[in-house]
Amino acid sequence: MDLAVAHETVARWQFGITTVYHFLFVPLTISLAATVAGLETAWVRTGKEKYFHATKFWGKLFLINIAMGVVTGIVQEFQFGMNWSDYSRFVGDVFGAPLAMEALIAFFFESTFIGLWIFGWDRLPKKIHCACIWMVAIGTVLSAYFILAANSWMQHPVGYKVDAATHKAQLTDIARVLFQNTTLVQAFHTLTAAFLTGAAFVVGIASYHLWRAKRGKETDGRKTAAMRTSLRVGLAMAVVAGLGTAVSGDTLAKVMFEQQPMKMAAAEALWDTQSPAPFSIFAVGDVSRGHNSVELEIPGILSFLAHSDFSSSVPGINDTAAAEAAEYGGQPQDYIPSIFVTYWGFRLMIGFGMTSFVAALIGLWTTRRKFWLAEEYRTGEEEPPRLMLTKHREMNTFFTQWSWRIGILTMGFPLIANSFGWIFTEMGRQPWVVFGLMKTANASSPSVGVGLQTGSLITLTALYAILAVVEVGLLVKYAKPGPDTSERPPAKDPVLRGPSDGDDADKPLAFAY
Amino acid sequence: MHLHDLWFILIAVLWTGYFFLEGFDFGVGILTRTLARNTNERRVLINTIGPVWDGNEVWLLTAGGATFAAFPDWYATLFSGFYIPLLVILVCLIVRGVAFEYRAKRTEQNWQRNWELAIFWTSLIPAFLWGVAFANIVHGVDIDAQKNYAGTFWDLLNPYAILGGLTTLVLFTFHGAVFTALKTVGEIRERSRAQALRLGLATAVLAAAFLIWTQVDSGDGWSLAALVVAVLALLGALAANQVGREGWAFALSGATVAAATAMLFLALFPDVMPSTLNPAFSLTVENAASSAYTLKVMTVVALVFTPLVLLYQGWTYWVFRRRIGVQHIPAPVQHR
Repeated sequence: MDLAVAHETVARWQFGITTVYHFLFVPLTISLAATVAGLETAWVRTGKEKYFHATKFWGKLFLINIAMGVVTGIVQEFQFGMNWSDYSRFVGDVFGAPLAMEALIAFFFESTFIGLWIFGWDRLPKKIHCACIWMVAIGTVLSAYFILAANSWMQHPVGYKVDAATHKAQLTDIARVLFQNTTLVQAFHTLTAAFLTGAAFVVGIASYHLWRAKRGKETDGRKTAAMRTSLRVGLAMAVVAGLGTAVSGDTLAKVMFEQQPMKMAAAEALWDTQSPAPFSIFAVGDVSRGHNSVELEIPGILSFLAHSDFSSSVPGINDTAAAEAAEYGGQPQDYIPSIFVTYWGFRLMIGFGMTSFVAALIGLWTTRRKFWLAEEYRTGEEEPPRLMLTKHREMNTFFTQWSWRIGILTMGFPLIANSFGWIFTEMGRQPWVVFGLMKTANASSPSVGVGLQTGSLITLTALYAILAVVEVGLLVKYAKPGPDTSERPPAKDPVLRGPSDGDDADKPLAFAY
Repeated sequence: MHLHDLWFILIAVLWTGYFFLEGFDFGVGILTRTLARNTNERRVLINTIGPVWDGNEVWLLTAGGATFAAFPDWYATLFSGFYIPLLVILVCLIVRGVAFEYRAKRTEQNWQRNWELAIFWTSLIPAFLWGVAFANIVHGVDIDAQKNYAGTFWDLLNPYAILGGLTTLVLFTFHGAVFTALKTVGEIRERSRAQALRLGLATAVLAAAFLIWTQVDSGDGWSLAALVVAVLALLGALAANQVGREGWAFALSGATVAAATAMLFLALFPDVMPSTLNPAFSLTVENAASSAYTLKVMTVVALVFTPLVLLYQGWTYWVFRRRIGVQHIPAPVQHR
């Protein structure tokens, strides 16, 4: 019995580690693909050099990142079968469909057009080359959508029946699986969070270069121009995406209050049903006795989050657990997820995410170029911006210096928020793997022993750790020097149907591994 | 025809696509050590597959995903049963993808040499293991009444499976050499052809042994026909390689891979994972398949998108149709 638990626990650790790790690269890939696509479009349309340099610069960082996203994604696709074979047998009829669609529709798109984009600088006319990165960007979004449809089905199964003979889930309505509100809201929330992630990344690195320029350590004006544009793009993206993340997060919470009341009660450490229900700021609880000993709350806010009014009742953990036990059998405590993880995961997600949003909002205002700015404070395109509070008032040296530093330091905040968000939503669903249908304890592979499972966990974790060091090392190496301003676009626009050999038959490739 | 039969064919097509495409790029990875004589030649080889290897690999992900959707039990039994070989393949594919992307990102000799070694081993090991896996699938393994694999890792390394592994390893390397002969210029092209001859002959011996064993073990009339096609295609590829018709040689080495894969699937049908413990425990196209509705949905998706994929992937090969040689390799990027 102990052994069985350990086996499932090891499989869960592997899924947790590999998934959180994979999802460090996913949101960056999604948002950087679109950012690079936007910058290249700006270059194609205006011909301005700063857009070309920015495209090349962010493109390099994007490629270092997507390589990791792609390879760690392979594990995701196969570990359902490897570690969760009973799960795969039970849900395959439903869950396999969005996964197969993801591969056939999105993965092919991404991987094929990324090859064209990387190697196509001297082979493709620039408009087609630019279209390729848009295809990649679309592919990444589609991919996210399909996998979120699959995950949403685990959160809230719809469009299926359990077959009487085989006792397995069977798909009855693919449209409901792909377009149920859980999927739509989760996709909206995850994608806006992804854009916030890339935006903070861009802002952080651009801040580093502009802060150097500000201190006179960087004198290449063209580099500053590219970074200044990037900073503004990043800040605007962070504000829009941050706002979207907040709105979609609120909507998702309302959906979850309805579909998984336990997850939301756990997120709030709300032990007893209350009306109106308060929003918890801080709590220290005693899980075994089912109450909090220290609490700091804002009255009524949780009712508002759940139902948009300040008075309605929100069910607590104890009542929800009793209700689930009555419905599915067993003891109420079997249905309570880890309150510590869900409660703090929820807070850290919001805290880190919203800090980025607020920082970006301040940044977007203070780095404005013309709007509400006296003539004498405006800066040229090739200079770093002054941080302007009002029309005539610049931030003092101390705050200026810290503002730039905060821009750099908050670079990874959304990554932390994303990780806690996933840990929260997946841990908050426990003990279920498919809510109300299958428990995680019944989902693992009976033919895989604890030893094998542990070996695989150690192998992948060690490999991922090594690759993390390699990846971060490369990112730093390529981010630090900034854009290579000596680089020029191809002198003449390549022709698609051009002869495969000619005067330039021996010209080196524009890009080579 | 039942939908589950159609899906058996579609899964076979996806694996065929995977072995055809990643087959030659595994081969190229292996040739970086056996054919290339210096770093620049290695870079020539790596760059022949540079723009396409990632798209090639997605055929595997699609085959996996489609198996999950169309035959959940097949997916579950295979992936949980062949755990160690699959984990090794996964580790290889992870390192391999990163190796291609990161090798040229630093100029230090150690860095580049290590990634080059990684490219070789992570191409060679999966090229061998896929053969091992498929030989075991076709021959059958110990599957119990709960559809779970009951054997051990060592059971998977039986002589027949090892012969299967050697066959795919050498066949893919041959396919890769034919590919580099088609995609390179200069001296390396000549050497590719010379090596393709040797590899082709070795393939002929191994493939004949493995496929005939398969035919005797689990074949029928259809699989025999595929076997004959595979042999003829291989001989044709060798002949075309000899007379310097590189395009034909590649088409025919690809046909060899396709016919050999088709033969394995024909020998497998109507099982998808036969049980050696009790034929009643075998997974078949019928008892492992998803419901008719799921298969119908997936059929529509597959029929719409597979041709589209072939179209734009084909276009990629056309865009990068130019042969490359050492003169096309740019100097290593010296970062400030």
